[in-house]
Amino acid sequence: MNTEVIQDIAQAEEGTSLWQDAWVRLRKNHLAVLGLVVLLFMIVIALLTPWIAPYAYDAQNLDLGATPPSAAHWLGTDVFGRDLLTQIMYGGRISLAVGFIATSVALLIGVSWGAIAGYVGGRTDAIMMRLVDILYALPFMIFIVLLMVVFGRNVILLFLAIGAVEWLTMARIMRGQMQSLRQQEFVEAAVSLGLPPATIIRRHLVPNALGPIIVYTTLTIPSVMLLEAFLSFLGLGIQPPQTSWGLLISYGAETMEEYPWLLIYPGLTLTITLFSLNFLGDGLRDALDVRGSKD
Amino acid sequence: MGRFLASRLLQAIPVILAVITVTFFLVRVAPGGPFDSEKAVIPEVKAALEAQYRLDQPLFSQYLAYLGDLAQGDFGPSFKYPGRSVNELIGAGLPVTAELGLYALLIATLIGGLAGVIASLRPNTPQDYVPMALAMIGICMPTFLLGPLLVLVFGIELEWLPVSGWGDIPGDKILPSITLGAAYAAYIARLSRAGMLEVLSQDYIRTARAKGLPEWQVVVKHGLRGGLLPVVAFLGPAFAGLLAGSFVVETIFQIPGLGRFYVQAAFNRDYTMILGTTVFLSTLIVLFNLLSDVLAASLNPRLRHQYQTGGMP
Repeated sequence: MNTEVIQDIAQAEEGTSLWQDAWVRLRKNHLAVLGLVVLLFMIVIALLTPWIAPYAYDAQNLDLGATPPSAAHWLGTDVFGRDLLTQIMYGGRISLAVGFIATSVALLIGVSWGAIAGYVGGRTDAIMMRLVDILYALPFMIFIVLLMVVFGRNVILLFLAIGAVEWLTMARIMRGQMQSLRQQEFVEAAVSLGLPPATIIRRHLVPNALGPIIVYTTLTIPSVMLLEAFLSFLGLGIQPPQTSWGLLISYGAETMEEYPWLLIYPGLTLTITLFSLNFLGDGLRDALDVRGSKD
Repeated sequence: MGRFLASRLLQAIPVILAVITVTFFLVRVAPGGPFDSEKAVIPEVKAALEAQYRLDQPLFSQYLAYLGDLAQGDFGPSFKYPGRSVNELIGAGLPVTAELGLYALLIATLIGGLAGVIASLRPNTPQDYVPMALAMIGICMPTFLLGPLLVLVFGIELEWLPVSGWGDIPGDKILPSITLGAAYAAYIARLSRAGMLEVLSQDYIRTARAKGLPEWQVVVKHGLRGGLLPVVAFLGPAFAGLLAGSFVVETIFQIPGLGRFYVQAAFNRDYTMILGTTVFLSTLIVLFNLLSDVLAASLNPRLRHQYQTGGMP
């Protein structure tokens, strides 16, 4: 067998990796691809906002007041003459940051909790998962409102509180994955090689459970963003001078009779983003062939 | 069934106790006492007030006393409005919120269930795509955006319906109920479609068709019972969501219900009011989760059997 053939075979085999398969399947799902594109667009805009925003964040023009969309202000201005597009761009930074950071918190807690419970098994597993069951029954929406009232409206606390709520499902998914994975031979091999459990979990088990983790993460982000917007709408989330999409919608709703654009554009931005994330999540679930990740 | 109910009730008690404990201590460690107002209070008055609200006692005996009050159905006084109690507030707000929630739930199950069943009868045709696309919009459109938009269109532009209030003008209950129910109609549509699709492919449905039953009887008599199971199981968690949604809807439409009182208490930092309502609402949510589990079990013989033989979920 000459070297060319071997290279051909190697190349042919490269093309069938799980991730490439998934990517091919995802690309066929037009809605999911659209979701991905819109999401990347939003992220790039959010990252570049300080340089590309049409106006300064705190620029006011009280003489101008609220004006409908025009050439100078594409999405109009609010009662203080602030450019709405600029507000939405800066608000998007906060809304997306809450979405991603709080989801990361949830990911970190949920994956480690579920991985440990599933790997160790036995009584530890029973106790850890019973705790998850109990926490599941708690009315967390009310608890977050309570936390924000008691400890003040603090962005960091908001990240932590939302993250602390959303980790439960992740822990359950992770534990299920661990239980089936730890029966497999490569884990047995790792154990007999004498690797410490932490290394086995980190190097062998978590990477093999990436599919469900990715899918569930994509579906957690929109629910987290919705939660942030909900709190900000009630006035219990992000506080001025900072802004977020939820806060903009709340202001827009107050003045919608005279200035409907102040409600419609922030609302549209939030809805489109949530749409994109949900479509992408659904598409990824089909592409990675993950079952029951929404329970 | 009795064994199942008992085990579920036993699980609910520690959860409710945990809620009470966590809420109590959270509220007590909150920075700033309830009487640290701008105006300096004479020390004697402050001491008298603190004695009245038992703040002069050690924290743990305050906690025990609070548990004792709760056991007698006393949710405590309000710090901000002397003379008003959490019980009065609940008495005034609960009927309103319950009515709003009931209408929303009716809208959600009727419209959502119907849409889901219709979609499931002809999968992957326009009859499936249109309701499911609408459901996706319903899921992505937050309550606090849908509410103002509905007010803008039907209240202000078209002037068809009143924009606020509850029971004052005919028709003023329509918009809030739709706003609160819409998202759940969307979820229920998706759940009932998936449930029906699974059930309609089962052997017993083929048997029903084979023995010549008309299609509507196959769907209604044999399909719905199994197909709507996921919806029944969803009603418990949906109740918690409806309560949280009522915070927003009651604020938007200025409805004097529990949700609006809760948000106002949160703004006023009325700690005892928050403590009392949190405990009350949490207990309600835990009980509803229990109820929906029991209902789902009574509809599903397999699940019932699992509990009778002592299996855990």
